[in-house]
Amino acid sequence: MLIPFFYMLREGGMKTSITELLTLLEAMKNGLAGQSVDDFYYLARASLVKNEAHLDRFDRIFGAYFKGVEDSLADLMQDIPDDWLRHQAELMLSEEERQQIEALGGFDELMKALQERLDEQDERHEGGNRWIGTAGTSPFGAYGYNPEGVRMGQQGSRNRSAVKVWDKRDYRNLDDSIELGTRNIKVALRRLRKFAREGAADQLDLDDTIDKTARNAGLLDIRMVPERHNAVKVLLCLDIGGSMDDHVRICEEMFSAARSEFKHLEYFYFHNFIYESLWKDNRRRHSEKTPTMDIAHKYGSDYKLIFVGDATMSPYEIVYAGGSVEHWNEEPGAVWIKRLLNTYPKAVWLNPEPKARWDYTPSTKLVREIMDDRMYPLTIAGLDDAIKALH
Amino acid sequence: MADNRFTGTSSYIATDDLMMAVNAAVTLERPILVKGEPGTGKTQLAIEVARSLGRPLHEWHIKSTTKAQQGLYEYDAVARLRDSQLGDDRVHDIGNYIVRGKVWEAFESEQQPVLLIDEIDKADIEFPNDLLRELDRMEFYVYETKKLIKARHRPIIVITSNNEKELPDAFLRRCFFHYIKFPDKATMAEIVDVHYPDLKKDLLREALDAFYKVRDVRGLKKKPSTSELLDWIKLLLAEDIPPEVLRGGDSRKAIPPLYGALLKNEQDVHLFEQLVFLDRRTNPQ
Repeated sequence: MLIPFFYMLREGGMKTSITELLTLLEAMKNGLAGQSVDDFYYLARASLVKNEAHLDRFDRIFGAYFKGVEDSLADLMQDIPDDWLRHQAELMLSEEERQQIEALGGFDELMKALQERLDEQDERHEGGNRWIGTAGTSPFGAYGYNPEGVRMGQQGSRNRSAVKVWDKRDYRNLDDSIELGTRNIKVALRRLRKFAREGAADQLDLDDTIDKTARNAGLLDIRMVPERHNAVKVLLCLDIGGSMDDHVRICEEMFSAARSEFKHLEYFYFHNFIYESLWKDNRRRHSEKTPTMDIAHKYGSDYKLIFVGDATMSPYEIVYAGGSVEHWNEEPGAVWIKRLLNTYPKAVWLNPEPKARWDYTPSTKLVREIMDDRMYPLTIAGLDDAIKALH
Repeated sequence: MADNRFTGTSSYIATDDLMMAVNAAVTLERPILVKGEPGTGKTQLAIEVARSLGRPLHEWHIKSTTKAQQGLYEYDAVARLRDSQLGDDRVHDIGNYIVRGKVWEAFESEQQPVLLIDEIDKADIEFPNDLLRELDRMEFYVYETKKLIKARHRPIIVITSNNEKELPDAFLRRCFFHYIKFPDKATMAEIVDVHYPDLKKDLLREALDAFYKVRDVRGLKKKPSTSELLDWIKLLLAEDIPPEVLRGGDSRKAIPPLYGALLKNEQDVHLFEQLVFLDRRTNPQ
């Protein structure tokens, strides 16, 4: 039982596992779901959904799958005050509108069409959290027909009111189908971390010595460790504005993951390409700039340099003096990036644009050449490769 | 079974879906993971479950430095080293230096306890993975003494998360899940009523209206939550603010009094004041 539902959930893109299905069945065996559809819905939700972002999707699938069950229940109960509902709706409609409804095939047809429209709308329209938009193109909106108003009439019947619970879809604005969460990025970044302590064991590890000596019941056990490179040091340069606006989300994720992962993280912003100065605060980027040379002098060459940018610009911006779109640069950007690369031999460029598109942009090719081909797509796999290159 | 049902308490309003999730977790003896906006009573839930079922409560508050092992036990090697230098007899029994953690305490409880693992997302990213077996089988192994610690009664485990980190799938699969959504006006009125039973009806109505209006302001960094509403009402009562002052109809007074209790972020306060200012300009009295 419930196996078709389970597969429907999986087809709907939910990562429901067998364990979770078994948990639900076990809970039902223990009589938790009781006799009511509401209870079953709550129970199924608590055991099958583990992320609030998926609640809306679950509600939709649940609604679609159990609609048949609901309808047959409704037939059995026979206490749905259909006439009353109709009455209620008619009360809200003017004479003219009622005629329009008749033209559409009567109230029942309207309801059916409405449901279809809603289903359709669910697929395409992601923005609002109301069933029917206010766009004015929908005939239902024009009627001033209010689903809330009709549903008020249904509260008298228990099994119908159950439909409400999942059809309300309170959670819709939480749904997002982003493929890479910060967790994945963090896990990828962790690879960089474990190389923080490497080399010959030439230092006394006091804590471990005490620990091992104590475990040895007092006999001294000296432990040595390699010199401690406190943690990996990362210098992150992020392209901001312009064509990067499309990639803000992934860059934010990357940035927040990096921020919580590295203790020694310094970050600077640039627009399109590196010139004589970078900045830390985008709101004050014209007043508070940091000269690029200062950065190269301040942060030692054990920092790993990561550029994040789409490298999409006019080639002039890279190779000519005065090529910058924002200001007059005395020296071309290529000179500045080479200075940075000389200071920081461990450097990569992460590009949020898909790799397949790189060859179509001359500037991307140019940047790749400057970076000695150390350009990687900003995906989990690309990040993995980039981190390998940083070692 | 009847005495094992959680139905909310005199000081905690539980919605139907929350009750169902808790009861499923209690009956099947699986952990329940509770998420939701800050201030919606996630931590309070464990306390109230323990109270209403009459169970002892063990609280384990997670910090960024907490290791899974610390919840089980810690071996105090330094104390043993000191004792060995001083020739203390205790040194011969390694068991003397095993310090029990919160999970162990809960496992040893005479009665089925409630174990709260608070803000699990604060810990390191691998923390939940390190607790998989302990939460699944409710047992763990003490390597120093070579003893297997098994739970006498499988504790009711309530885990809260603020969503700062995503939790691993393997961990999630073992839990029931509930997302405490922000209460609607009716539920909120019940919640306030439980906390301030003598509140005048009109003050409550006006306060709730003002509160939801503030919540509806777009672009707030931190929307005020239930706990902030309760604090704010406490302040309103202490200052004896009459309900008329809260009424939003008069746009010159559209900023609710004592709004510092609702908005905790200077940017939010600033945004809010700007909106009120704009509103005043477009609708002059």
